[in-house]
Amino acid sequence: MLRAADSGGPVTEIPDKVMSAPPDTVARPAPRLRAATFAPAGAEPSQTTGTRESESVRLSMDSLSAFFGDLQAVRDASVQFVDGKVTAIIGPSGCGKSTLLRCLNRMHETVPTARVEGTVTLDGEDIYARGVNAIEVRRQIGMVFQRPTPFPTMSIRDNVAAGFRVMGSAAPPRKQVDGIVEETLRRTALWDEVSSRLKESATSLSGGQQQRLCIARALATNPKVLLLDEPTASLDPLSTQKVEELVYELRGSVTVVIVTHNMQQAARVSDSTAFMLNGELVEVAPTRTLFTTPRDTRTESYITGRFG
Amino acid sequence: MAIFACASAIPLLLLLIAIEIGSAAWPALSKAGLSFITSSDWDPVRESFGAAPMIYGTIVSSLIALVLATPLALGVAIFLSEFAPPAVRQPVAFLVDLLAAIPSVVYGLWGVFVLMPLMREHLMPFLADTLGLGGTPFFSGPAYGPSMLAAGIILAIMVLPYISAVSREVLMAVPRSQREAALALGATRWETIRDAVVPYARSGILGGVILGLARALGETMAVTMLIGNRHEISASLFAPGYTLASVIANEFAEATNVMHTSALMACGAVLFAITLIVNGLARWLVYKVAK
Amino acid sequence: MSVRPSGVQRAAADRTARSLGRRRAKNMVMLGVMYLAAALATLPLLLILGHLLYEGASSLSVDFFVKMPQPVGEAGGGLANAIVGTLVLIGIASAIGLPIGVGAGLFLAERKGTRYATLVRFLSDVLNGLPSIVMGIFAWQFLVRPLGHFSAAAGGVALGAMMIPLVTRTTEEMIRLVPTSLREAALALAYPNWRTSLTIMLRSALPGIVTGALVAVARIAGETAPLLFTAFGNQFWSTSLDEPISALPLQIFTYAISPYDEWHKLAWAGALVLISLVLIISLAARYATRSRFGRSGD
Repeated sequence: MLRAADSGGPVTEIPDKVMSAPPDTVARPAPRLRAATFAPAGAEPSQTTGTRESESVRLSMDSLSAFFGDLQAVRDASVQFVDGKVTAIIGPSGCGKSTLLRCLNRMHETVPTARVEGTVTLDGEDIYARGVNAIEVRRQIGMVFQRPTPFPTMSIRDNVAAGFRVMGSAAPPRKQVDGIVEETLRRTALWDEVSSRLKESATSLSGGQQQRLCIARALATNPKVLLLDEPTASLDPLSTQKVEELVYELRGSVTVVIVTHNMQQAARVSDSTAFMLNGELVEVAPTRTLFTTPRDTRTESYITGRFG
Repeated sequence: MAIFACASAIPLLLLLIAIEIGSAAWPALSKAGLSFITSSDWDPVRESFGAAPMIYGTIVSSLIALVLATPLALGVAIFLSEFAPPAVRQPVAFLVDLLAAIPSVVYGLWGVFVLMPLMREHLMPFLADTLGLGGTPFFSGPAYGPSMLAAGIILAIMVLPYISAVSREVLMAVPRSQREAALALGATRWETIRDAVVPYARSGILGGVILGLARALGETMAVTMLIGNRHEISASLFAPGYTLASVIANEFAEATNVMHTSALMACGAVLFAITLIVNGLARWLVYKVAK
Repeated sequence: MSVRPSGVQRAAADRTARSLGRRRAKNMVMLGVMYLAAALATLPLLLILGHLLYEGASSLSVDFFVKMPQPVGEAGGGLANAIVGTLVLIGIASAIGLPIGVGAGLFLAERKGTRYATLVRFLSDVLNGLPSIVMGIFAWQFLVRPLGHFSAAAGGVALGAMMIPLVTRTTEEMIRLVPTSLREAALALAYPNWRTSLTIMLRSALPGIVTGALVAVARIAGETAPLLFTAFGNQFWSTSLDEPISALPLQIFTYAISPYDEWHKLAWAGALVLISLVLIISLAARYATRSRFGRSGD
């Protein structure tokens, strides 16, 4: 079923599930970057996403450049991610899309000799500003990697709850954690498969289940943004489909940025798509627009398969 | 950071050891000068200390160990890496490696009560009379048991597992292509090993041998119990001798005066230096082959 | 047209055949030599273990583990104090060697490639290669001489110093085996660096680290030389850190070089117990790793 044309809606078919945010049965404290008031959500019209003015920008990147020593991997990229929408980043291998993604939660700097210039703003605050703790940033922005990485020494339940261990006093009280775990596992459509073996090691799950577990782990702490770095690259088609359904369902409750080398996947799950080439953010547009009437010839060459 | 402190404990400890031993050894070394390494006169009362017999004994006993152990270790290593069927490989490798787990004092115990009587009653007469080597300076003199040869033999057994383990690893790392090239030229299995595999692994094997040497040089307990503990340099392997490690073990607790203690410390310092050099050489060779 | 080989060709073929035969024979002989070498190499172990069992088992009894040494000349008695002493010394040594070794190993794994890490690793190998008697006289100079008496603490320090490089090396290797993706996953979950190291890297590598620790313990449990002038030995019961203490290897040595038969018997029994201890710890270490490998997923 094709969905009715919606600004930035997906183009091809996906089971048309009704989007509903899971009931927030447990109150969770909102993590803060610093003890400062948030800037009011901007209502500027955005050229870079083509969305309506009333939709707020959750995360934005301004003139971001990323380096590995002297090698520049991302050049002067600017893009805005709208709250609750899914944005895909596509491009040929080595174009810098993973690097760009990792700049969004300050993971890029964990590599020695890595350097970042420019700003990334989360809810109005620059996460690269002096005095901002990278760890605090990562509490609010979750990430899932290409290969599933469940913690092998922890059970399934503990894996999902792993993010709470480092929240200190901000963590939900013990009694509520099990409830959050169940809820998150339901959200990632894992609950039925694992509810009877929550105490088993996470490594006993299949690859696809492990990846959904990692997504659950990232979601459990209620991050504002979820970054997915080629999450289905190492999964079989069935698991891929389940993950894609999950991403689709997250719309509205989490802002998602997904890097993928699979154009069809981008077309299936995202509201907006950004195309990168050689470190440069060539074009950002609502997904349907990018794939049907791209502005840049390079974009067109890529999506028609002339290279990459 | 805590782990930085832990890591720094290592260089600090090494420095501390060097300083402590060096400062304790200094009085004897400065008093004796070069004669410490050249003289055989060891008289605690007159405070004259010459460690030549110990240095001689350390080197000779270790060399005997290498001469005996290396062919055997190499043979086992080749056996395990080239010939052994898998069912045999595991247990044999395990048994050979287990030799390294036996404490030195147990070797000494076995050496005193089993090896030495065996040598005294069978091996030494065999060498001296049956083989007629008694006429040579190397196997002359009375054979009571405690001897350079006994120490050498027990050391050989003790370093065998080390040489064997390193050689085995290095041999297994020789690429198949080398073996296949030789076989394709019509070589027999043995010829392949002799001409293609072993030469390729040469540096690594040498590294293993030198590692064994380093271990033999520092061995204390088994040697002390078997070498006779005599301050003498003798050409005969049947004669007792001394090593740097065993003189310390033997005399330290009853050292007669401060200078005596210092001289023993000096023996320790010399031993420290020798093993440092040899270990460095061994690692450099194994590293060279790993590249 | 005849294609029969000429006389010269036939002679050459004969020579090759004979030389091939010779080479084949040599191959067989060398194969036999290799088998012989393997047999010879395993022989000492079997001889030693066999003799240990033969001599030691006859002197072993419950008394051995429970009683104290008798005055010389009297039969019976045991090495209870030596066994306990060895355990105390292992305890002290582990208290020093394990934390420092694991910490240093963690440091080397995380700061791999830096100049300081390379230096520390090299120095750790140097420390490892030091003869144990040198450790003994170091501990004597450092702890016994200034304090004026032998002590269990000094013995423990000497043994602990020997443990450090062993534990460091195995810890580093085990942590390096943990995939970096795990580390990244933890960081992305807002784990601070130190927490990542401790709860993710260390925990994942724990089975291997435990194995390494056990192997190190087995190694120092049998050491005599470092104890000769530190722990010194004690014919009476003592577990005090500040006094000389008995230890199994020390007692074996003392009894072995003595002229008394009863003591020789005790030495054999002690050796049997010591080797059993070492073997049990080594096997436990192997077992610990094996069960983990069986359980882990892809």
